[in-house]
Amino acid sequence: MNLKISALEFVQEVKNGNISAEDFVAKTLERIQSVDDKLHAFLSVNEEAVDKAQKIDKKVKSGDKVGACFGMPISIKDNMCIKDSKTTCASKMLENFVAPYDATVITKLKEQDAVFIGKVNLDEFAMGLTTEFSAFGPSKNPWNLDYVPGGSSGGSAVSVSAFECIASLGSDTGGSVRNPASFCSIVGYKPTYGLISRYGLISYSNSIEQIGPLTRTVKDAAFMLNIISGLDVNDNTTRDNKNEDYLSEIDSGIVGKKIGIIQEMVGDGIDPAVLSATKDAIVKLEGLGAICEEVSIDMVKYSVAAYYTITATEAGSNLARYDNLRYGYDFSVEGYEFNSYISKARKNFGPEVIRRMIIGGFVPSAGQAGKYFLKAMKVKSKLTKEVDEVFKKYDLLIAPTVPILPFKIGEKIDDPVSLFLIDINTVTANLTGKPAISLPFVISNGLPIGIQLLADSMQDKLLLQAAYALEQTVTLPEVPI
Amino acid sequence: MTKIGLEIHCQLTNLESKLFCSCKANYREFEINENICPICMGLPGSLPRLNQEAVKKATMIAMALNCTTPDKIAFFRKNYFYPDLPKNFQITQLNIYGDTSIGGTGSIMIGEKKIKIRRIQLEEDPGRLIYEGSSSKNLITLVDYNRAGTPLVEIVTEPDFENPKQVRTFVNIICDLLENLGVSDPGLDGAMRADANVSIEGGNKVEIKNIESFHDLEKAIHFEITRQESLHSRDFQIIQETRHWDEKRKITVSARSKEEDLDYRYFLEGDIPWIIIDSHIKDKLKSKMPESISSKKERYISKFNIPTQVATVLSSDKFYSDLFEKSHSESNAKEIANIITTDLMGLVDTREKREKSKITSTHLKDLADSIQSGKISRTSAKNALYEIVKTGKDLSQIILELDLGNVSDESELLKIIQEVISEEIQAVEHAKSNPQTINYLVGKVMQKTKGKAEPKLTLDLLKKQLG
Repeated sequence: MNLKISALEFVQEVKNGNISAEDFVAKTLERIQSVDDKLHAFLSVNEEAVDKAQKIDKKVKSGDKVGACFGMPISIKDNMCIKDSKTTCASKMLENFVAPYDATVITKLKEQDAVFIGKVNLDEFAMGLTTEFSAFGPSKNPWNLDYVPGGSSGGSAVSVSAFECIASLGSDTGGSVRNPASFCSIVGYKPTYGLISRYGLISYSNSIEQIGPLTRTVKDAAFMLNIISGLDVNDNTTRDNKNEDYLSEIDSGIVGKKIGIIQEMVGDGIDPAVLSATKDAIVKLEGLGAICEEVSIDMVKYSVAAYYTITATEAGSNLARYDNLRYGYDFSVEGYEFNSYISKARKNFGPEVIRRMIIGGFVPSAGQAGKYFLKAMKVKSKLTKEVDEVFKKYDLLIAPTVPILPFKIGEKIDDPVSLFLIDINTVTANLTGKPAISLPFVISNGLPIGIQLLADSMQDKLLLQAAYALEQTVTLPEVPI
Repeated sequence: MTKIGLEIHCQLTNLESKLFCSCKANYREFEINENICPICMGLPGSLPRLNQEAVKKATMIAMALNCTTPDKIAFFRKNYFYPDLPKNFQITQLNIYGDTSIGGTGSIMIGEKKIKIRRIQLEEDPGRLIYEGSSSKNLITLVDYNRAGTPLVEIVTEPDFENPKQVRTFVNIICDLLENLGVSDPGLDGAMRADANVSIEGGNKVEIKNIESFHDLEKAIHFEITRQESLHSRDFQIIQETRHWDEKRKITVSARSKEEDLDYRYFLEGDIPWIIIDSHIKDKLKSKMPESISSKKERYISKFNIPTQVATVLSSDKFYSDLFEKSHSESNAKEIANIITTDLMGLVDTREKREKSKITSTHLKDLADSIQSGKISRTSAKNALYEIVKTGKDLSQIILELDLGNVSDESELLKIIQEVISEEIQAVEHAKSNPQTINYLVGKVMQKTKGKAEPKLTLDLLKKQLG
């Protein structure tokens, strides 16, 4: 059986009776068994996946109404709650946390007969861009096992890229969907802030993060978006997209569209291979009838600093509840002696979470807020204003997803600042709430490079159309695993 | 001059659900930790879902207290660690980044004294800590989260009070106002709580926290003033500090911890977008607000000629004014107001008695009508009222059962009158020369009939007999 098919192909094959969901899911589980020792994408595998697929097959055979996913195996980043299953955030702190409820995206996928094949790896609490900060060990890049897969949704990207599932859900706070999608040569989509409910996504930086699909094709991303987007009473920040169909008219093309090339994202520090890929992409877009021009967004140069200040502040608050009283290892029915407890409160967190919580305690504190947090908020609002201005002139923006190529595991882990700077091209979409997509574009010396497109808020449909058009010009080799 | 300021916390007990989830706002009927869900427990991944009714009710409170109401409000996170806070932050409001709290400055009058209100905010109540164990060594703290997330309105005043008595008057007004608005039942245990700050002339400001009832508020302030004055008179410095009210020992105790130095790292709650409360919404809310206590009072006085004293009492209490509103007509209003304020209030003077009471507006109407038509006397009416409150039976049935009906049979009454005339020779003479003293004879007839003689008929017959 061919596992290397897209979500839409899978749906067609099951509908036509060419394959059964049960077989496909069983084969996928076998694939996970055979490759995941090397890749470590999965933190847990769903033992009931085959049974679930079998039930869906029965519905297909008996002609009952079947949900749009037809038993498609999907992996879920382990910071989204699935009822009665462990949701660890790749943290010792939540190692034994069993969610008592479903995230809204999970409810929606269940309604559409998706099969959750397993929970996948991430940097602890989604803080990082390599998965090296997972408390349960890093995932490996299927293109070269010595290399990081990107992060924080590294497990999602690996599982899609290595055919351990058809699609995955990740979350993107500063590039966490797009970065690993770029490093693993798949599609990663970060929608407009508010398009997808965050209810059940364990918050890291709630004011800027979004759930997003990681898929093999742009059409698959649109397919997933159709299912999981829309207003949700459980998330007050969701926006009404009036049941938009992101798949329809996806082949509209981009003739006459104006595309801005963000200068601040193709300048100093960019890898020559990445720069050359970006130039190729621009040529191809022009070949498709788009008009590409250089554009400057001055505030981008402060975006990483603002991003880490804001995310640390929110993380310090969002993660404050993980205080070893309610979650963590040392639970004792006898309770704690209060003062002795304090010293143990955060000891189940890993180094990156602790680093950000310490920053998050400092930057918004009295006497410091003016220098750091409030200034960062100013950058955020100025950046948003600038980007809004740019979108008055341009339909889309382009930049490489990551300015450098994937790097080796362990290469940068001891240098947090240089790691932070890799986010320079992705955080703008988060700080401004705009949609952005990373498209696999080329393999350079065996390592993937992704191209990023951005659109204005709620212009997700246009963004997917443009990405689809560019995708049609690209042919990529198969992943070597 | 002594200065006292208050932070009053009122639960919106009449709301259906908590501020950010669908658990019950009335948590009191639940077993410990039964009124909880992923949201109010702050479980990983849960998000607050704002209760729009709470926003409306809090806006009404702000308007009733004559406060400004901004067109856009926001929520903030107040970050601090405490076991009763499921998320280790509280979602609340404040005005440091512009006027974003649900109510701005306002004021209410207590007599001639104006008490200014600084701010009104809507926030979530934390859980409840239960202490067990006797000494500090084996003290166990248990947490009940049933209360966590209950909608709480905080009213912050300027330090405009000069003495505990003004504070008491103010909180009474607040209680009546909240009850009249139908947003809260201030009588419920823990529904109204307060922090107070107190400073005497030449001393520093001292905050008293955790005053769990209004009953203790006055006591706590009184204690604190006395403590500060006694220190001051001996030239001890009054240090600026936070003190806790010890409700068992009825004293304030230094909090020892540096609570006043806590840095709450306030920032905008991103999970709740800004809420627009424009003039259209405000007008709609205003039109839905029940008549204010002062307006009721004026109406009672001007329309029914009810004495000011009676009107004040009647209008300020929702239980009584609701009964009055439902039972009165143009003709019996004064009578009903009288029955309520002179007789009923004495019978149901506690919360328990009120809840047990079986009286309805129909009872009151029947009582007033029967008095006015001479069917029963005022004394009998009082006895009947006692039975009504206790049993809820119809007035007609009670009159029959207890034989409370007036003696209005002329021949029967005449017999008694003649008896009185024969016994009270001197009084009869007096009445003949001075008709005003005839009331003495009426009284005697009443005595003999145990108050059941129909008064008007008795008087007429007496006059006739005396020529």
